[in-house]
Amino acid sequence: MNQTTHPHHKKRPLRKPPFVVIPAFLLLWLIGVATGEPARILEQAVQVCLSCIGIG
Amino acid sequence: MERVRKWVQVIIGFLTNSSWSFPFTKTIYQGPLKVICAPGLNCYSCPAATTSCALGSIQQLLGGLRFALENSQYYFGFSVLGSIGVLGGMFGRMICGWACPFGFVQELLHKIPSRKFGIPRLLSYGKFVFLLLFVVVLPLVLVDEFGTGNPWFCKFVCPAGTLEAGLPMLLLQPNLRNTIGLLFLNKFVILILFLTWAIFSSRPFCRTACPLGAFYALFSKVRLVKLHLDEARCTNCKACHHVCPMGVKFNESPNDPECITCLACMNKACKFDAISLEIGGIPLAAPDRGMSPANKP
Repeated sequence: MNQTTHPHHKKRPLRKPPFVVIPAFLLLWLIGVATGEPARILEQAVQVCLSCIGIG
Repeated sequence: MERVRKWVQVIIGFLTNSSWSFPFTKTIYQGPLKVICAPGLNCYSCPAATTSCALGSIQQLLGGLRFALENSQYYFGFSVLGSIGVLGGMFGRMICGWACPFGFVQELLHKIPSRKFGIPRLLSYGKFVFLLLFVVVLPLVLVDEFGTGNPWFCKFVCPAGTLEAGLPMLLLQPNLRNTIGLLFLNKFVILILFLTWAIFSSRPFCRTACPLGAFYALFSKVRLVKLHLDEARCTNCKACHHVCPMGVKFNESPNDPECITCLACMNKACKFDAISLEIGGIPLAAPDRGMSPANKP
């Protein structure tokens, strides 16, 4: 069987920047979690933010 | 593929707004899922919202930073920045095209038959001003006598908050109607302006004023999932210019910060198979129409 390579399947080098950026932000997220931020976020998010909706 | 994208928008919109008990409780969802930030612009004071808003959370954290530091609480917004940063690194503004409820609303409005207009490229820089000034600088710098800043973007601009939270909460809680003043009027006018503009121009809020879109735009060159232009196959026919809802000239600017990866250029416009979707440099299959520059018309 004659198999042809799809033009977009030509070998291209792996792009490295995403593999640096994603772990860097993952680390930032972990630091935020370690400082206890999620509890504060939850505390804010479960209340109706009157100034956010323009009536406070 | 356009139909798939619409379904993804509907499903994500539903998942981030799936608390439908509000007609009985008359208030917002208060469960633990609210610790997660929605990927798109979705007000956490929306009665149906099950997630928090990244922009709202970060403004609240920065506004309360002085107070937090005095209490040895180091709430710089790293967890919020980290979670949307991971999403940005993976998808960039693909989030805007596939997972933002307010972007979806604007797309639906743009389907209303009318004369259509473009948006000057210069206005696209406005969203970076909103991100820097209204989301970061003003909540951090302008504080009251208690050292607390305001969520400036939410309070004075965000039309998504007025649509998804302000209006529904006024319907649910009649006592809130007494508090309507200039602040609400200002936000209501902004909402009406953007919704009307969306009928005539494609995604005007996303293109000119959305700070979350501005943040994701910073990842345009480094994101994992992006469109790739095969310059050898591109004939410069400019067909991709005419279908882009964000006004991107893809063949001239393949890493354009405005690209929301809606795939319209790849699927609807390019007849030469010059545009493909890639993940970290690894190409995915693109529609092959059997045409190449060698046998172009």
